Amino acid sequence: MPLNREFVGREYTAAETYEVSRELIRRFADAVGDPNPAYRDPLAAQAYGHPDVVAPPTFLTVLTFRYFAESPVIDPALGLDYARVVHGEQRFVLHRPVYAGDVLRITSSVSDIRSAGRNELMTTRTEVTTTAGDPVAELYATLVSRGTAEGGA
Amino acid sequence: MATTLAYAAVDVGTPLPAGRFPLHRATLVMYAGASGDFNVIHWNERIAKAVGLPDVIAHGMLTMAVAGRVVTDWVGDPGAVVEYGVRFVRPVVVPDDDQGAVLEVAAEVVEKLDDGIVVVELTATVGGDKVLGQARAKVRLA
Repeated sequence: MPLNREFVGREYTAAETYEVSRELIRRFADAVGDPNPAYRDPLAAQAYGHPDVVAPPTFLTVLTFRYFAESPVIDPALGLDYARVVHGEQRFVLHRPVYAGDVLRITSSVSDIRSAGRNELMTTRTEVTTTAGDPVAELYATLVSRGTAEGGA
Repeated sequence: MATTLAYAAVDVGTPLPAGRFPLHRATLVMYAGASGDFNVIHWNERIAKAVGLPDVIAHGMLTMAVAGRVVTDWVGDPGAVVEYGVRFVRPVVVPDDDQGAVLEVAAEVVEKLDDGIVVVELTATVGGDKVLGQARAKVRLA
């Protein structure tokens, strides 16, 4: 069942802000097995010139899933079967590091949906800012919906 | 301030210390919890196989994060990474055994840009097969 192309261009801003904490950063670093002290020890992070512990470069993926339930990706009208989804591409553009204590807001949009053989590719763009609107990062993702192209399943 | 690794000390072709990182089923469970990505294909063998995968696979984002360690271990300061992008070219199958899957990561500087930024290209393989494509990070050096 092909994805609903009407979702291209749809934009969504999370209603609630996301507060980054030292413990969330530590838990993410533990999960990826990264012992870097700048993720855990404020003094180690400050030695690099940061105000508090710094988040790993891919940490902001957590925000994508925090707001997953309210994002267009999960809207039944899009027709995405999440068990058929694999990640195709991901890119982070970090305007500045993310720190414990940051309060962030995200806006996501579906940039494109197209067929590629038996699969469909959906690209999304997520903008992360502070509550004051200062840019923090941009996330670009391509999700592969396996076997859902017209005549693909 | 920031990393102490000097832009001037790095050339195109400078290799980064390589890394070897085992991924186990337990790693996937921890990553699911920490990231909030509970897609069943990362923990449920029955459903993974039902949708045509060989077995449970690692989150692409886990592979990306672990591979990125080669860059952040090199610079010391993780805040020096200003851009990081990859293509997931092959799923990382994580068997239900004690060995798991072993991610091997090599990297080298491929370009020097302005503003003290260098481009690092990563090569990530499991069992000799490439799992990431066009894996590149931009890093701001001192």
